[in-house]
Amino acid sequence: MIEVIKSGISTTVQDLGRPGYYHLGFPLSGAMDRMALRAANLLVGNDEGAACLEATFMGPEIRFHDDALIAVTGAELPIRIDGEEQPGWTSLAVGKGQVLSFGYLKKGARAYIAVAGGIEVPLVLGSRSTYLVGVMGGHEGRALAPGDRLPIGAVAGGFAAPGREVPVALRRDPGMPVELRVMPGIYWHRATAASGAQFFADEWKVAPEADRMGYRFRGGQPIEFVPREPPFGAGDNPSNIVDAPYAYGCIQIPGGLEPIVLHRDAVSAGGYFTLGVVISADMDLIGQMQPNTPARFVKVDMDGALAARAERRGLMEKIRAALA
Amino acid sequence: MSSRFSFGGDEHLFAECDEEMSFTGFFKSLMVMRALRESELPGVSEIAGGNASYQLRFDPDVITPEDLLREVRALDEAAEGATASFDTRIVEIPVYYNDPWTHETMMRFRDRHQDPGATDLEYAARINNFATVEDFIAAHHGSPWFVTMVGFVCGVAWYYQMVGRERQLQAPKYVRPRTDTPRHTIGYGGCFTCIYAVRGAGGYQMFGITPMPIFEPDGKVNYLREEMVLSRAGDIIKFRPIEREEYDEIEAAVAADRYEPLIRPVQFDLAEFEKDHDAYNARLVEVLK
Repeated sequence: MIEVIKSGISTTVQDLGRPGYYHLGFPLSGAMDRMALRAANLLVGNDEGAACLEATFMGPEIRFHDDALIAVTGAELPIRIDGEEQPGWTSLAVGKGQVLSFGYLKKGARAYIAVAGGIEVPLVLGSRSTYLVGVMGGHEGRALAPGDRLPIGAVAGGFAAPGREVPVALRRDPGMPVELRVMPGIYWHRATAASGAQFFADEWKVAPEADRMGYRFRGGQPIEFVPREPPFGAGDNPSNIVDAPYAYGCIQIPGGLEPIVLHRDAVSAGGYFTLGVVISADMDLIGQMQPNTPARFVKVDMDGALAARAERRGLMEKIRAALA
Repeated sequence: MSSRFSFGGDEHLFAECDEEMSFTGFFKSLMVMRALRESELPGVSEIAGGNASYQLRFDPDVITPEDLLREVRALDEAAEGATASFDTRIVEIPVYYNDPWTHETMMRFRDRHQDPGATDLEYAARINNFATVEDFIAAHHGSPWFVTMVGFVCGVAWYYQMVGRERQLQAPKYVRPRTDTPRHTIGYGGCFTCIYAVRGAGGYQMFGITPMPIFEPDGKVNYLREEMVLSRAGDIIKFRPIEREEYDEIEAAVAADRYEPLIRPVQFDLAEFEKDHDAYNARLVEVLK
């Protein structure tokens, strides 16, 4: 069992999410940076999809009531066990009664804390992930609070070795500015050609409104729309459509002003046009962006998206091989 | 009319059956989705319906985008002109119009509304050319509605009224969205009414509230135990106006888990419906009596 002493800004239980219910308005949820979660689990000998803690911008403080093997991946937050600094992306032994704490965020946005055995909160629709808006899953459907006690799963056959690490070359770095590859589509034709080109030329910054549901961006030119008669039922604003399903990673731009990239806790549908969709390979990168991080959107086609997907899968294979 | 297809990144395929809201666009999406569910295409993990559109989420490592598009296009074309006749159900939803809770909320957000001097109902009645709020409310619950889309968060449903376009009620969304909406608010935006499943942000006009939950994740409500979400696309909904006394009664019955909503099986036939909307609707709602 682990006990939360301090909870950080927003620390939630996440795994790889609950697919299959998006059409009813229950999003995938799960880790914003899925590769970091998989790596943390592999380090401690868990299944890749075991439930971990996702800590946003700030680490929690946690007391271990049993001996444990842990790993912290993702954002760069100085890691301390009983005050002593420890390496990230490395399996770490923690003794009964010891306290895990963190220093200030240096890089990235979300850290993943895996514990051997996994965080054993109840399964809801096949997943332990927290969906905050729906008050579902995780620990009581909410972010952790001081005093919370979370059960840890049993570990068969003893702990994996401490001191195993993911090689630095295999830790994905979003770069600066972050380049997010986008396939134009869905309602791309609503923007003028010049405005669509400008969207990819501009430099954007992550706005303060950036969370698990979506990331808002500022700093680029407003979208200019192709003139039209509003379709019946869409609404008068040129950015309105007859309400339709949304894709994970889709870029909606209400009023043509500030792009919002929908993420793991996305609303499943709505009435704003979408300019395109961030490719699957780059969704993890968004999870590591802080407010004010500069970003560019880079136009790719399906072939480019599939090549990036294969490259990301290759990187994950290398992590598995390194920890096998 | 053939659908417009577009890939949404490498994992989604979107199809727009109609750019504007129409019965034909809605039924086409409904029929294609039924065919898609039956076809069980490999690699497809989500099939989501829109009001006049639909979207698949797929794994391009299992099925190539070209193969998926070819399969879906074939099903989409097969649904073209197919007779929309199917078994569904009619659900009665009690509504307390002009209630104190949505009123309190709208007053906190008047500065975000098109007409801060009027209530949402007064504004909607006026722009739809009704003499009084009562007349507008009567039009809102007078004819039944189709569930045309489910989603947003936690099983929110969009409803499209079963009347001709000339009688469709229309209202814009708030100028700037509210940061709060009571749970179970009856909202209105564009030509759709909706019920807010949970408390939260929202931009739809607020007309009333229902005491009847449409989403319950913890099995505390008998009729939401098997499925957490009440509405399914293709359901028919009839709103029944209630006053405070009955609102309180139903709320207490729900809390004690002894409330049983009125839900009846019905058969729907688009061709028959199109012959005479009002006469067809009157026959449909008979089963609720």
